[in-house]
Amino acid sequence: MIKFLLMVNKQGQTRLSRYYEQVELGKRASLEADVVRGCLARRKEECSFVEFKDYKLVYRQYAALFIVVGITENENELSIYELVHNFVEVLDKYFSRVSELDIMFSLDKVHIILDEMILNGHIVETNKTRILAPLLALDKMAES
Amino acid sequence: MSDVVEKTLTALPGLFESQTGAAKITNRLRQLIKSITELTSKHEEENLIKRELSAIKEQVSSPNTTMKQMREIMVRAMYCEMLGYDASFTYIHAIKLAQQGGVLEKRVGYLAVSLFLNEGHELLLLLVNTVLKDLQSTNLIEVCMALTVVAQVFPKDMIPAVLPLVEDKLSHPKEIIRRKAVLALYKFYLIAPNQVQHIHAKFCKALSDKDPGVMASSLHIYLQLIRESPDSYKDLTGSFVTILKQVLGGKLPVDFNYHSVPAPWLQIQLLRILSLLGKEDQSTSELMYEVLDESLRRAEMNHNITYAILYECVKAVYTIHPKAELLEKAARCIGNFVLSPKINLKYLGLKALTYVVQHDAKLALQHQMTIIECLDHSDFTIKRETLELLFRITNAQNVTVIVEKMLDFLCYVPIKTLTFAPDNSWFIQTMNDVFSIGGDLLQQDDPNNFLRLLAEGKPEEDDQLRLYAVESYLTVLKGHTSHLPQCFLQVMSWVLGEYAHLQESVDRREVIRLLTQLLDQRSVSSETRVWILSALTKIPEGQTDLILDLAESLSSSQDTVLRQQAQELRHLSQDSQLREWVLVENSCAVDSSLSFLDGFVSEALAAGAAPYKPPHQRQEELSLNLEPYSFSLPVSLSSCSITDRQSPTLLSVSSGLSGNSAELSTLILEGVKRVWGKDGYLPQKEATAPPVDEPSAAVQPASQQEAAERIEPRPEPSTQNQDKQQLASSLFVGLGVGSSVSLLGKSEAPPPRFRKKPRPHESSSSSGTSKRSSDSSSRSSRNTTDSFLYGSFPEEEPATSISTFDHTPKSTTANGLSQNKDTKEDRHANTSQILGGDMVIVRPSTIQDKHPPSVSSDLTALLPADLKDLPHSDVISLTSDPSLSLSSCRLFRDEALLLVIFISNCTETVIKDVAVQLTCEELKVCTGNVMDCLEARSTSVCHYALLMDDPHTNVSLTGTVSYQTQPGHTNTLPFSGTLSTADFIRPLVVTTEEYGKLWLSLSHDVKQNLKLLTDAGDPLRTTLNALKDALQLHVVDIIGSEGIVACRLLSGAPCLLHCRVNGAALAMWLRSPHPALPDFILYHCQRALAHH
Repeated sequence: MIKFLLMVNKQGQTRLSRYYEQVELGKRASLEADVVRGCLARRKEECSFVEFKDYKLVYRQYAALFIVVGITENENELSIYELVHNFVEVLDKYFSRVSELDIMFSLDKVHIILDEMILNGHIVETNKTRILAPLLALDKMAES
Repeated sequence: MSDVVEKTLTALPGLFESQTGAAKITNRLRQLIKSITELTSKHEEENLIKRELSAIKEQVSSPNTTMKQMREIMVRAMYCEMLGYDASFTYIHAIKLAQQGGVLEKRVGYLAVSLFLNEGHELLLLLVNTVLKDLQSTNLIEVCMALTVVAQVFPKDMIPAVLPLVEDKLSHPKEIIRRKAVLALYKFYLIAPNQVQHIHAKFCKALSDKDPGVMASSLHIYLQLIRESPDSYKDLTGSFVTILKQVLGGKLPVDFNYHSVPAPWLQIQLLRILSLLGKEDQSTSELMYEVLDESLRRAEMNHNITYAILYECVKAVYTIHPKAELLEKAARCIGNFVLSPKINLKYLGLKALTYVVQHDAKLALQHQMTIIECLDHSDFTIKRETLELLFRITNAQNVTVIVEKMLDFLCYVPIKTLTFAPDNSWFIQTMNDVFSIGGDLLQQDDPNNFLRLLAEGKPEEDDQLRLYAVESYLTVLKGHTSHLPQCFLQVMSWVLGEYAHLQESVDRREVIRLLTQLLDQRSVSSETRVWILSALTKIPEGQTDLILDLAESLSSSQDTVLRQQAQELRHLSQDSQLREWVLVENSCAVDSSLSFLDGFVSEALAAGAAPYKPPHQRQEELSLNLEPYSFSLPVSLSSCSITDRQSPTLLSVSSGLSGNSAELSTLILEGVKRVWGKDGYLPQKEATAPPVDEPSAAVQPASQQEAAERIEPRPEPSTQNQDKQQLASSLFVGLGVGSSVSLLGKSEAPPPRFRKKPRPHESSSSSGTSKRSSDSSSRSSRNTTDSFLYGSFPEEEPATSISTFDHTPKSTTANGLSQNKDTKEDRHANTSQILGGDMVIVRPSTIQDKHPPSVSSDLTALLPADLKDLPHSDVISLTSDPSLSLSSCRLFRDEALLLVIFISNCTETVIKDVAVQLTCEELKVCTGNVMDCLEARSTSVCHYALLMDDPHTNVSLTGTVSYQTQPGHTNTLPFSGTLSTADFIRPLVVTTEEYGKLWLSLSHDVKQNLKLLTDAGDPLRTTLNALKDALQLHVVDIIGSEGIVACRLLSGAPCLLHCRVNGAALAMWLRSPHPALPDFILYHCQRALAHH
């Protein structure tokens, strides 16, 4: 199961966070700081999975932005690793060449995309067309 | 994704100025984002958010705020909460926005609700009406978002209100609505299973929905249901198998593909369901063997996602009722993982192995060298996973080595492992090491567990352990104690306090003195002091003077806790009645974790206080500065402003794998460098060397010498490699069948003997034997030719009568060989491994066939029935003397090279105690064999299975046969011979796809141009066939001017050859996971072609 998904840049600033298991507001900042520290400490040639408290972190770096997913032990790390890439590909399709700023300026839309893909910590949709369909419909209606 | 061009930051200012395009945002949000990117410290952040929150507060309460503005306010509130600041006053406005906004605003309102509120928040009740209304809306988008939020957060008590509506949606014409309804029902099932019991039939309908998306979402429910009670859903196995088959067969629309793999995550989900269904259920498992097999086969693409599927598939194969064929394939898959140069795959391979060894510990043996390498891997995660693996294969024989490895790893020693401890002293000593090395890094539980282990044992049984602990700790305390970690001191003082009285010989004054001494040390923390004082309290009375002195000195301590304890100590030591009453149970609980403060601490933490860090940690952090906004390089602190930040903040989206997949699909293996000239330099060099399969060459001493001169120096195995193998042998001991086999070659088991009554026998010339032995030893160094040379006295073929040892195929050979196979990795060998070196395979028979002397030339007729059909070399005479003659031949088995030795008695009398000892250079021990006697004129057969782990051009074998012709008069007869790598090579049957996949995962390669045989029609085909005949290669495919060939070394290392016609030469490119193997194979290819 997926516990949380974070987008954090190299400076440790959180750009997006989504928790699928309740974490108190006050504890999130320190948790996120620990997570980024754990990922930044890793070298390029090391594997993309780190043990963290009682779960595993799967991280993937895109330019200066890290996408980190916290998962339980029974989850398949490599499939999550690819899920992250699928997510980025979807973002890329929507924003056409997505950047960190796109994510910041359209935080709500990124969340809407993510909600289509992951629900309650489960992967519910991976088909790019279908992930984007509701959001594109929203955009269309908002325009008209 | 390769066409993605990163946006440059120069475009940034423009983005802020213009409000067009996708980033259409209002002033305030833009301002906030800009300020956030410019933040340089936590302090600034606090101020910014404070200002922002008060601005939001003002705006939301203003009656003029439009819904559009409200949407933007919600995004700003999301930012505040994301950074960890409470914006709870906006929650109600989020609900309002969901209620009243237009579609986009409504969606953002719902989103904010799902982000801000958790299940059980009272405000959620206000959302119910909105959800109800939206569920009935004619606008599909509104229905959609209502279903989404219902599946995310919805008050449990209100489920009945929406349930009928959600159920209705299951038959909605739109797939997305049906899909979301299924997911909402799944959520209901999780939080209130009773409410949805009546609609299980509808789940079934969703499973058979014509839309793959709806079907896929129903799998979440089924995974959950089957996990809870697998027996109730066995009847669905067929459906899941069919679905998986269709997915594998590419029946889904293309947009379900991810990097051309059909719906990978769906496949994973199905595999998980199947493994749950097939677990411990043979008949159900049988239904899925075929599809699992297909799934293993389908995953031919070299992309991460196929490996993720493979991993799940391997797990399923090992979870369900086992099927040998599948297990074998799965085990091979694991090999692909662990041997992969890609670190992520290696990790997953280790994880799979960790899972699999719980079912079959022997699998770890196959990969022992990889495991050893991973144990020393620089990557912490890999190391950690390897230890996990070792933990699973811990047994009584390897526990010491494994725990030692874990100690190296410091903070991770599950005490549980130590239940295998061979003896008390080792256990205590190891724990001493754990505590003194690992010290305060240990988890809190470890000292506690250890103490519990000591305390909970039965007094009679564990007193010895305790005694040993007391003794050992007294010794430790007498030495330097200042460097010992606090937790170790605590453990020691507790043990001494509890159990010092067990040791009669110990002076209590001495114990008190040692403990008091600790109190004087400045490095001892006050927590430890408390432990020490408690220990002192428990030490029986009688030493009042010392205690009183101590109490006196501590009563002026600045630490109030200590002062209090000192007072207690004084009272107790003076009042023996009170003492007896207080310490009646001999147990004095000290709450060392200060858990009574937990409430206070958690309150403080919740209020935003930083968690406590010990001083040394704080000091470290000063230099690193790890606060969220400033823990990168110091440079970025000042340069973090949005305008002058030059670092690429854009996402570059590229799949690092696309390159690979392109490479494998076509297998264009161009770029074979023509480093060497067309002639090459080796063919003429080898021109006179005897051909591989010409035993006649063996009898030409002259050619032997030439060969010896020609021979390349044999690479010595590096000492490092030897260390690793030693480590491997001690780690993996006890995993094979014969757990008593010592891997270091120190086999204590005596060689098996065949007992029979001794019989008189005439003596033979012993002087001749000794002369020959010296002869032969000098010869053995020369015997390096490629062919299989055994001895050089082929002058006689003396057997007049041959009796063979009866071979009982099922009971002995089958057993013996399968055992050998199991333990083959167990055994230690440097060059080749000798399996079943004992003669267990061949037993002296009671029935002896008499053969006329004329048959002697065809010794192969004597081979046991099950070996007769194997391809074999000619029989070569090894050595002989007037009494005995030895000949041998090689049999090429699929899993090993069998060396068969025929021992013939040439005399008319019985020869007793015939023992064959076979030694291979760099091989430590080959078990000798003794058979009690060899009847007159009879021949016995014994065979050895040989494996080569590390390829060498040639391997020398030496051996002796000793026998008694007269009681007490032993003759020895030496022999020697050589085996070449070619004997250990077998075809590797793979498909072209498998070849392509394997090719990419191999790291060591060698390229060279070889001679092309042009005498027949198709040069490439002729050449490859010649190679195939000479070296037992498998020609995978020939496409145009290219050919691919595969083989493997017996111990498993594959070698792939890619051949291309290049003018008059054959450009050969070899790849193997083994660094030296390509060289040797190339060498033999050259020779084979040169002799053709």
